[in-house]
Amino acid sequence: MTWIWGLIVAEATTVEPTRRDFLYITTGAVAAVGAGSVAWPLIHQMNPDASTLALASTEVDLAALPEGGIMTVKWRGKPVFVRHRSKKEIGEAQATPLAQLPDPQKDADRVKKPEWLVVIGVCTHLGCVPLGHSGDYDGWFCPCHGSHYDTSGRIRKGPAPRNLEVPVYSFLTDTKVRIG
Amino acid sequence: MSGPSTYVPKSAIGRWFESRLPIMGLMHSSFVVYPTPKNLNYFWTFGGILSLMLGVQIITGIVLAMHYTPHVDYAFQSVEHIMRDVNWGWFLRYTHANGASMFFIAVYIHMLRGLYFGSYKAPREVLWILGVVIFLLMMATAFMGYVLPWGQMSFWGATVITNLFSAIPVVGASITTWLWGGYSVDNPTLNRFFALHYLLPFMIAAVVALHVWALHVSGQNNPTGVEVKDVKRDTVPFTPYATIKDGFAMVVFLAFFSWFIFYVPNYLGHPDNYIDANPMVTPAHIVPEWYFLPFYAILRAIPDKLGGVIAMFGSIAVLAFLPWLDTSRVKSASYRPVYRVFFWVFVICGIGLGYLGAMPAEGGYVIASRIFTVYYFAFFLIIMPLLGLFETPKPLPASIADSVLARGGSASAAAAGAAHAPENK
Amino acid sequence: MIKTKLSLTILGLATALVAGPVLAAGGHDAPLPERQPWSFAGPFGKFDRAQLQRGFQVYREVCANCHSMKRVAFRNLSEEGGPQFSEAQVKALAAEYKIKDGPNDSGDMFERPGRASDKFPAPFANVEAARAALGAAPPDFSLLAKARGYSRGFPLFLVDALPIPGGAYQEHGPDYIVALMNGYSKADDPNWNDYMPGNKIAMAAPLADGAVDYTDGSPKTLLQYSRDVAAFMMWAAEPKLEERKKTGFRALAFLLVFAGLLYYTKKKVWADVAH
Repeated sequence: MTWIWGLIVAEATTVEPTRRDFLYITTGAVAAVGAGSVAWPLIHQMNPDASTLALASTEVDLAALPEGGIMTVKWRGKPVFVRHRSKKEIGEAQATPLAQLPDPQKDADRVKKPEWLVVIGVCTHLGCVPLGHSGDYDGWFCPCHGSHYDTSGRIRKGPAPRNLEVPVYSFLTDTKVRIG
Repeated sequence: MSGPSTYVPKSAIGRWFESRLPIMGLMHSSFVVYPTPKNLNYFWTFGGILSLMLGVQIITGIVLAMHYTPHVDYAFQSVEHIMRDVNWGWFLRYTHANGASMFFIAVYIHMLRGLYFGSYKAPREVLWILGVVIFLLMMATAFMGYVLPWGQMSFWGATVITNLFSAIPVVGASITTWLWGGYSVDNPTLNRFFALHYLLPFMIAAVVALHVWALHVSGQNNPTGVEVKDVKRDTVPFTPYATIKDGFAMVVFLAFFSWFIFYVPNYLGHPDNYIDANPMVTPAHIVPEWYFLPFYAILRAIPDKLGGVIAMFGSIAVLAFLPWLDTSRVKSASYRPVYRVFFWVFVICGIGLGYLGAMPAEGGYVIASRIFTVYYFAFFLIIMPLLGLFETPKPLPASIADSVLARGGSASAAAAGAAHAPENK
Repeated sequence: MIKTKLSLTILGLATALVAGPVLAAGGHDAPLPERQPWSFAGPFGKFDRAQLQRGFQVYREVCANCHSMKRVAFRNLSEEGGPQFSEAQVKALAAEYKIKDGPNDSGDMFERPGRASDKFPAPFANVEAARAALGAAPPDFSLLAKARGYSRGFPLFLVDALPIPGGAYQEHGPDYIVALMNGYSKADDPNWNDYMPGNKIAMAAPLADGAVDYTDGSPKTLLQYSRDVAAFMMWAAEPKLEERKKTGFRALAFLLVFAGLLYYTKKKVWADVAH
């Protein structure tokens, strides 16, 4: 609010141009800096807070997940799909020519171990959660706007622009994964 | 707000818009060309400071509401979450909490200014009464806001104040139950207080708009209490004269405010409010926030429950009748030598009541509260009406311009200023 | 007229004289805690990292057996403006605690090693359990340093707010905690404390000379322990204290410059008007 005065004042009085104008412009500029510094806390408070940023990793035990099964775990408030892929599914994913993909990516670049696929379960179109074991490619199908993903979580058909995102994760043991 | 606007937009689009919604003209007439008495002192900047504080409280409040949870199990925790984890959360909360105190400091100065210079007198009665309404809304808002952190003082303050209503004969108990939404201060109470705490500031803003409207109809009072006679000689345009002066005063006030936010943020608070609310244990001394202390002292000065409540509400209600209780023909205390003394005794009495409100209600403190309470009411109900009839005021200046010239007569600087003056008018 | 004014002034003074002693009659029952030499007091105050680390050691080895600290997370210990342990130290420390988590896929709660993002676990499941075990529920540590205090009474309490030496003082809580730790004055009554309101305290003296083994050469005395733990508690209650004071300096410097500029602008604008 205050910065307006400097400007109004600068316009309203036109005697003794140099020294007066300098004072008015300086005052106006300082006011603008003040307004900016106060605005920042008001804006930044909406960014993720320290407790959200510190939200650590989620650990997942894979031992109970049968071949062909998908489990959903919650990580940072979003679903993460862990899929125990069968030989056939791995084969399909690896055999797909990159030329057929809207967002070309090799299956090998999307997994750490071929039998385990870990992807964030959020459709890259508008953020719905896709359904597993469905769609034309038997990967995932998003019911909101009809995006089809394959067994590597790559977009094949529909409006989504990108493949399902792979989160940062690491294998603690053969059957234990830490996401994040 | 001050007569028909002479504002003509420079651009064609501006003229097109202005003929459909003359808001720029309204702004122009209210905040640019609006004539303000040229002899206003710095006590007249507190209206602007109060608008600033209302803005600060609304903005920080909305932002805090994004992180606060109005539930008995989470309220305290969510406030601590704001203090510890939210980006700049400590700053926002300390600003809001201390902002309430700053708001009241400013409003008390503003009210005492009015009381000293007779700003409540004709033709400004409605302006003054709207101010009393704003003050009441502020008190309600501040009280409910203090409940929200759900600490011990929040909870017990809410309990004590809502219990005041139980003093009302016959229906008191039902009203209290209705306020609580239960049999004690609990989750429904907290929830409705949050809703109302969010609503009331916007009602304050609306009444402030009326207050400013009424002000711009009658024009500002001034230290002489003599009305404007010649706009050219007695006044200066609001912009740039009043805007730059208000701006300077606001920044000085913000510096004072910042001292509290950054260096003594808990000075005006109470340690007990850093303890979770516990309905089973009452703190040893329950005290309201400092700005309620004088009224709290009046409440406790009366040995009867209903009588105390009536006295407390009466002490505020009496302000609304002030325009008719004061019988003096002269507005400003600068020309009322006797009233001026009673006024300062009243100020001391108010501070004294504030001090007594923080002390335990026992022994000498109660006696002192009674003496001060009697003076408080006597000031309005006896001194004001009688003094106007018996006091001989000093001679008033013929006009604002005359008083300015008389004051600056000996000072060469003022004479030089007067010689230059015409170019701005 | 002058006569009226004089007599009224006398009346006012007389009222003040009568009221004054009446007001002063209400005294303090408990002695006032002494001010301690806090590094974090005053506008330029900063926590002493080594002191916070020692204070944490005291908390961990002594206080934490009964007192929870539920609003503080392990990660806070490595954050700026605090004890500033390294992240690796905090991770290792957190892993020493057992955190209740769950339910797992079979619906059971389970325990896992703590992580930096976890809050300090409480020594008791709930307040009732603590009360049953100890006779009284020990207060949570997170905000205790701000939830305790004392007033120096009129007019000294006004000084505590002012920007003068000895003013701008907000350290009443830690002062009180130090006083309390050193207030067990009756050898035959372990529950007597000079500074506890009513003098009856459920907690027997928790600290004594030599109770905690410092490794940095600081004196192993009751006074040192109590100062260290009180400083740590102040940090736990107000983790943004340093950030706040630092920001305050910038804000005030800015506002004073801005006010100065506005003052001269105002003078220029008003220069041609007699007022």
